Amino acid sequence: MNYFPDEVIEHVFNFVTSHKDRNSISLVCKSWFKIERYSRQNVFIGNCYSISPERLLGRFPCFKSLTLKGKPHFADFNLVPHGWGGFVQPWIEALARSRVGLEELRLKRMVVTDESLELLSRSFVNFKSLVLVSCEGFSTDGLASIASNCRYLQDLDLQENEIDDHRGQWLSCFPETSTTLVTLNFACLEGETNLVALERLVARSPNLRSLKLNRAVPLDALARLMVCAPQIVELGVGSYEDEQDSESCLKLQAAIKKCTSLRSLSGFLEAAPHCLSAFNPVCHNLTSLNLSYAAEIHGSHLIWLIEHCKKLQRLWILDSIGDKGLEVVASTCKELQELRVFPTDLHGGGNTAVTEDGLVAISAGCPKLHSILYFCQQMTNAALITVAKNCPNFIRFRLCILEPHKPDHVTSQPLDEGFGAIVQACKNLKRLSVSGLLTDQVFLYIGMFATRLEMLSIAFAGDTDKGMLYVLNGCKKMRKLEIRDSPFGDTALLADVNKYGAMRSLWMSSCEVTLGGCKRLAQKAPWLNVEIINENDNNRMEENGYEGRQKVDKLYLYRTVVGTRVDAPPFVWIL
Amino acid sequence: MDEFVNLKATELRLGLPGTDNVCEQRERASCNTNINKRALEADAENESESSRMKTETSQPRKAQIVGWPPVRSYRKNIIQTKKNESERESQGIYVKVSMDGAPYLRKIDLSCCKGYSDLVKALETMFKISVGEYSERDGYKGSEFVPTYEDKDGDWMLIGDVPWEMFVCSCKRLRIMKGSEAKGLGSVV
Repeated sequence: MNYFPDEVIEHVFNFVTSHKDRNSISLVCKSWFKIERYSRQNVFIGNCYSISPERLLGRFPCFKSLTLKGKPHFADFNLVPHGWGGFVQPWIEALARSRVGLEELRLKRMVVTDESLELLSRSFVNFKSLVLVSCEGFSTDGLASIASNCRYLQDLDLQENEIDDHRGQWLSCFPETSTTLVTLNFACLEGETNLVALERLVARSPNLRSLKLNRAVPLDALARLMVCAPQIVELGVGSYEDEQDSESCLKLQAAIKKCTSLRSLSGFLEAAPHCLSAFNPVCHNLTSLNLSYAAEIHGSHLIWLIEHCKKLQRLWILDSIGDKGLEVVASTCKELQELRVFPTDLHGGGNTAVTEDGLVAISAGCPKLHSILYFCQQMTNAALITVAKNCPNFIRFRLCILEPHKPDHVTSQPLDEGFGAIVQACKNLKRLSVSGLLTDQVFLYIGMFATRLEMLSIAFAGDTDKGMLYVLNGCKKMRKLEIRDSPFGDTALLADVNKYGAMRSLWMSSCEVTLGGCKRLAQKAPWLNVEIINENDNNRMEENGYEGRQKVDKLYLYRTVVGTRVDAPPFVWIL
Repeated sequence: MDEFVNLKATELRLGLPGTDNVCEQRERASCNTNINKRALEADAENESESSRMKTETSQPRKAQIVGWPPVRSYRKNIIQTKKNESERESQGIYVKVSMDGAPYLRKIDLSCCKGYSDLVKALETMFKISVGEYSERDGYKGSEFVPTYEDKDGDWMLIGDVPWEMFVCSCKRLRIMKGSEAKGLGSVV
């Protein structure tokens, strides 16, 4: 195999960046395993409890970038109680003790403390990039440490985190010598921002490409910032509090005109619609538009804006856009690849803002569409069948009908056939979320046709264990399966435990699995962590004498090479 | 006969258009596997069970299910805050106001008024009149003008009797009555 010296092979490996491919390379032979090991730059750990920091360092001693994910996906929807886990502290401590020259840390759904951030900022001289998504547990004090101590910081990207805002001066903690910022995203901070410090920071950061502000940055400040940063590529707008301030609007428009590289717009947390006109000059270049927080921008203003964004590839929007608005998108945005339509009325009782017609229009008008997340109040099989015909290229298809168990609103039938058409047509489907009235039949279709499916989200669906069995038996590439409020029980759970070895995790809540079933599973598969989460009971369930037939409220199981985790809180029982 | 013409076209099947018998063939083929065999046998008992499940689990329309819809809390909080804010400053509750003898009607925004005194002042300004003092016992005293409103049942009611919020919800239109008609409604005999 080795006709070339190691350095040459390593050089070739450097062109292989995907984790899956690198994993495959390492399996070829011992020599390649070794070379790959020492040359792996980016490590991705999809479940922080599947491996320990020590084992990570043992395998990859030289990595520069680490991505860690903590809580299961359903934690986003408050289904995982506070304190469940996902602490980053032990990881940072272990990395700090080692000689790893960490440059990038990307965390998702993890608990991060100010202490962790402080330790991180002091331990790695070349640290460049911090990306935190849906994390919690820290405050602006932690951000101050990062700003003060990371001399070569390029990216500080905070997406939808719960941050305790002490209204401190973290922005002024960036030293005057700090000129390397490329990304600065603090949109999720709730408190006031030191505008002077912000302006000076932006002014001395010539490499700044992505700037996403929080709601405390008003219109006039934005105008001044844009004058300092005409090279900006991604902009997240804060607030337009003073509607009357047309002078600032004009100043902003003048500044925006010079931002010829601007491709992405987001934010608009508090935006008066008429201020959108300031972005006239750049609309035709926009490839990404996120208006999903902008409840005030709707109707004709929104339509006008979209009509000018012909190059849009990504659009995140609220359902107030309506079917008519989606028709405009369909006829204008021919480059559209990803669409997300979020609900404005969370309880499903309001006006039917978008319906199946909007979805069909999009599928007909946007040939490059491959990812969709669509919240709506009604759907029909006929519409889904049409969508499948129009768009066989879906990679991600997530449909959420707001009312659980809702059937086809025209025929009153389950939506089995509609989703069946989707999985049959879309051969590259990797992610699917189903909703509405669904029987075991839809899972038969999924098991039969969705051969490349990696993630499946099920809620209020199915009739019997057969449904879950169809999926487990059919979808050979399944990695993450998450199920809630569906009548699947022990039979399905225990049918073939080896399947779980090929998956990252399984979540089942409010289903029919029993404690006895979970215990049997844990016995059969000692390489799994089988967690029972019971937040109503702070003592361990066994002490309370729970019987085998007791239904388990929340089950979360995942493969791991390091056994039971030691940081589980009392309401988590690991079998 | 027309209703039968397009039956096939509207039939919901899994096959692509033009593949007529695909679905039936698949069903026949899959019948041979064990899974579906069990499915067919158990169908009868499952039907009643599943229909029971559906009635059991079908929640009342507005019941809030934990973690549903699947929207991140971050986003939920923002939408909720927005809703609360906008509900407070909504587009306004405009109702028609007629005054006996006036050539045309006016409209007034009830959401701009914090209470009855605001409303009365606004009406007085709009029509250049004075409606007098309100008392529960005597109605409006000291003026030939009496402010009334039509409620949801279509009855003409005196403004001021019910709590403000209740009034705003039930008021369809306003009318300032004048003269003898008003006497019967608003003032002490």
